[in-house]
Formats: sequence, structure tokens, C-alpha cells
Amino acid sequence: MSAEQSYISLYQANRECLMAASPEVMNTLRDEAIAMFAQRGFPSRKVEDYRYIDVQQAFEGKEQYSMPLPTLPLNSSKQGVITLNDASLLNRYYSKIADNEDAITALNTAFTHECICIHVGKNQILDHPIELTDTFTSDEDQMEHKRIMIVLDEGASAKIMLRYVANNKTHILTTQVVEVYVGDNARLELYELEETHTSCTRFNNVYMKVGRYANVKHNNITLFNGLTRNTIKATLVGEFSEITLNGCVMADKSQVVDNNTLIRHEVPNCTSRELYKYVVDEQAVGAFAGRVYVAEGAQKTVSEEVNQNICASSDARMYTQPMLEIYADDVKCSHGSTVGKLDEMALFYMRQRGIPLAEARMLLMQAFVGQVIDEIPIVPLRDRLHIMIEQRLKGELDKCVGCARCK
Amino acid sequence: MLEIKNLHAKVDGKEILKGVDLTIRDGEIHALMGTNGAGKSTLSNVIVGNPKYEVTEGSITFNGKDMLAMTPEERSYEGVFMSFQLPVEIPGVSMTNFMRAAVNARREALGQEPLKATEFLKLIRDTQKLVDIDKKLVSRSVNEGFSGGEKKRNEIFQMAMLQPTFCILDETDSGLDVDALRVVAEGFNRLRTAQTSALVITHYQRLLDYIRPDFIHVLLDGKIVKTAGAELAKEIEDRGFDWIKE
Repeated sequence: MSAEQSYISLYQANRECLMAASPEVMNTLRDEAIAMFAQRGFPSRKVEDYRYIDVQQAFEGKEQYSMPLPTLPLNSSKQGVITLNDASLLNRYYSKIADNEDAITALNTAFTHECICIHVGKNQILDHPIELTDTFTSDEDQMEHKRIMIVLDEGASAKIMLRYVANNKTHILTTQVVEVYVGDNARLELYELEETHTSCTRFNNVYMKVGRYANVKHNNITLFNGLTRNTIKATLVGEFSEITLNGCVMADKSQVVDNNTLIRHEVPNCTSRELYKYVVDEQAVGAFAGRVYVAEGAQKTVSEEVNQNICASSDARMYTQPMLEIYADDVKCSHGSTVGKLDEMALFYMRQRGIPLAEARMLLMQAFVGQVIDEIPIVPLRDRLHIMIEQRLKGELDKCVGCARCK
Repeated sequence: MLEIKNLHAKVDGKEILKGVDLTIRDGEIHALMGTNGAGKSTLSNVIVGNPKYEVTEGSITFNGKDMLAMTPEERSYEGVFMSFQLPVEIPGVSMTNFMRAAVNARREALGQEPLKATEFLKLIRDTQKLVDIDKKLVSRSVNEGFSGGEKKRNEIFQMAMLQPTFCILDETDSGLDVDALRVVAEGFNRLRTAQTSALVITHYQRLLDYIRPDFIHVLLDGKIVKTAGAELAKEIEDRGFDWIKE
């Protein structure tokens, strides 16, 4: 049986169960989504957006993992900012920007049964950041299909952290689809922090739609993982908006991190910035593909995209692909990427002063990705992340299987 | 203190040092002069163990220990310090973190407890005053955006923090105006003790007016071809190197 067929069978076996557990709007899209998945199959490496990872291999055999049904306590309180399966929100927004032509999103739409909804009402300003921590604690190998929806109405403001943590060393396969709607004049800071372990496979698709005079900052930080694919697709549909997509990756052992971003400037007068930095060490593989699309008529677009990477060992691999696609003639756009090694002169300088090689390497790596962290506006978070990165480099984040450094 | 015998070394496959012999005893200041490309910087880099340079023959012993068997950091713990000709900029690494790592690694190697945060900050403050370095520089990234003079002054600051017994000043005078040169040289003189030895590499007599050498060596084409007292500098300033070659 092909990998696709085994997931289709899994769907058929669980269909009734899923239907019974989920709100109407999710069910209406299920059959359609699995049909789309069946038609398209897992993308091969020949598909441009997926050329750096083997998706089929990532899913193969994992259909046997247990798939728990409703896991979260239901909170139907209408006053709260965070709710589960909020019917009115789902009816308006569910799967409106998520793209089911993407096989992973289609699979998620077919299997998901609960959606965490964060709704910030008109002109509502959240004083405190929200942190949603997704902790994998299962004792058996597990598969999860998660759905999150974030809606900021006109003039709303929120800071949200989505954190992914794994406590056990069991195998976890996750797909997650996040739909983000940012209204006119709204401000969103969205952080994603992954600190799972080497036996976690995560596919995370984030879709964003941004209105007029809005400001969005997305920070995507991978400190520890197995195989991670983040797809970030943001569409600017209102003028005078600003979006920043930043990210940093620390990967070693045989970790794989593939970030694929798309910013679509559909209207004039918007600004986008992108800064992604990777340090790949040992046998790790990093990939970054960032596309900025400027539609016809989207004049006065300003866009700047930077991807900088360090391959700290000769076995580590980094693929980088910055892309600009411009159909307007009055724009200011730049893109660039670099892949380098740790600065040997700097390493020697530090060793001459007595700093041991391993520590010198660590200081350089920390400084390199630190630039991304320094741009984070929330000071306590910034400080915490600097410490976490230091601990990560020292091997003090105990998250990996069979690593001598962590014992 | 330092004994170099028949030292041959290559960089990028090219032989630069072709049999250098040099002995430096406790408390002595030796100056090394010579034309561009004679091998002065190669010699200093080989002494501190820069991995880019390959020693093909000969030996270096430091206080009786085989220095060539040591890593650069181990040589540092033995008390060897080089003031770089071109101090390296390290963006994103603060001077404070850099110095803390260096001081505590050294203490650990010498079997001492790491300094507490307050003790370390006091050491930084005291040293800063001693070498008269702007405290703003200490709070910035290592050498990033420093002027030529600030970089050299920062080398002396690091020397004061680490208190080496053997210092190499590799063209410390290059790129410095007379005032900066005097400040740096005075800083060095203030730090040295009766036991401190140094190898001062320079093109000019000027630096040697401030740091008086006991011996001057002339390195030409990978070998030391002449050794004399401090008066040799004046002669080289007047006559160049050609007369030595002949």
C-alpha cells in the first residue's frame, strides 16, 4: 500500500468518529479534503515548494501511530479570548485561507477535529502576551492534526506565543494548520518556538491575511526538533501595512529544518521584511526558500529579504533560495543570502585569549543567531531566548535521544 | 623562558621560516625587525599556535615544556599573549562575555574557582582605569566598529586582564598616531613586571623609543641574520636593511 493509501484508509476507518467529535463546519470540508489529498498525493521532491525534504518518507509507516480524539477540555465561554471550536468564528473563517491544494493542509483538514480559536475583538488591546504551550507527553508513538485560528478584528492588538515542547522520547508526527486574520489597524506579534526532540516530525502551515494599516511580526524559532517543515504564507490585502517574518534555527545531529515562506503584496504601499538565520552543525540539514511576490499594481512596495547561514561542520548542509517575483514597476525590493563557515580568525583570536575551541564556537554561533532574537520587542522574552540559546548550545536543553552531550 | 631551535614553518604550502633560533630569558625584551614578507608575523603566529601555520621542523620550548604539543588555549594558560597586528572584530559577542570566558577558562586551567559576577565586574572596572580605556568600549561587541587606536588599546586592556608572562606585540605600532602609540606603549610598560618577557615586532624605531629592547634581531628571508643591542634600531632607521643582506 502506498503511503497515501494508508492515510486514506486511516481516514475511512476513523471518519465516523471524527465526524461525531467535531463541529459541523469542519465536517463539511472533510471528504472534499481527503479527495484532494488522494488526488495530489504527498509532494515529491520535484514539487518546487518541497524540493528539500522527502515528505513521503516523513509520513511513511506513521499511520500506525495512535491518534487520540478530543484532547482539550471544551471551553464554550463566549467572553474569553481563547475558545475551542467557536462556532460563529469557524463559520466565518474556517479554512477560508488555508490552501487545501497543499497535501499537508488537505490531510490536516481531513483529520483535524478541534480548533483552538483566539479572537481579539474590535479595538481590544491585550495587555499581556498569550502563551499556548503544546506539550507532547504521550507514552506511545502518536499522530496529531492540530488547528489554530487567530482573528484580530479592526484595531485589535495581541502578542501570542505558540510553543511546542516534547517531554517524552516517543515518536510524534504532527500536522498543524494556523489561519491568521489581521484586521485593519490591527497589530499582531506571533512567536513560534519549537523545542521538541529528535523523534518529532512536524509539518506546520501558517496562512495569514493582513488588512490595511496593520502591523504583523512573525518570529519562528527552532531550537530543537527532528524534522520540521514550516510553511508561512502571508497575503497583504490592505494598503500601508507592514509585515516582518523573522526566524532562527539551531540544528545539529541529523535534524532537518525546512522553512518555506511566501509574502504576497497584492496592494500598493506595503512594507515587508524578512530575516532568517541558521546555524547547522554536525549532519544537520537546513533549507530556506523565501518568495516575495509583488502583484501588478502593487506600487511603492518596499521589501527586504535576508537569509544568512553558517555551516559549522563539513557534513552539515544548507540550501537557500531567496526569490523575488515582481509585476509592478515602482518598487524597492532586495533579497540576498549567504552561507559561510564560522570565522576562523575570530576562533583563533578567542583561543589565543584562552577560550577553549568548543566555547569559542558556541559564542560565535550564539552571536550569529542572536541578531534575530535582538529584534524581538518583548524584553523578558528576548532575555529568556538568549538564555535558552546558550543552554541549547551547551547541551543543557535535555531533548534528544542518545546524545552523549545531554547525559 | 622561550627557546626556539631550528624552526621551519610553512603557510599555504610555502616555506616562510627557514631555521630560526631564538632564546628569550625571563625579563628580557627582544625586538624583531625585518622587511615585509621576511617571516616576522609567521614567527609570532607559530609561537601562539595559529592552526593556519604548519611547523615542519625544529622545536619551541616554553619554561621547559614542548610548546608545539599544546593547543593555542593551553599556550595562553602558560602565560603567552599576543597583541594582534589586526585585532579581530567579533560582532554580537560583548567584550564582557568575551573577557569573562577568557578569564574563567584560564582560572579553571590553573585550578582556581571561576570569578563571581561581582568580582569579575570589579576586575573589569579596575583594569579599565589602569589602562585608561573608555568604558563604552568594554560594553560593546569585541572590536566591532573600533578605530585602529581603540583596537590596539583594547589589546592592552586584554593583556592587563590576563596578566601574561610572555607578550608578543605584533606590529602594535602599525596604524597608530604618535599619541596613541605612546599611550599603548606606556600601558604595556605599566603592566610588565621584572619577570615579564616580550617579543616586539616592528618596522620602525619609534615604538622602541618607548619600549626599550635588550636585543634587536633582524629577520630576513626566514632566518635571523643579525642580533645586536638597542642601538641597531637607529642604524636600520638610517640605512635600511640592504647593508645587512650584503
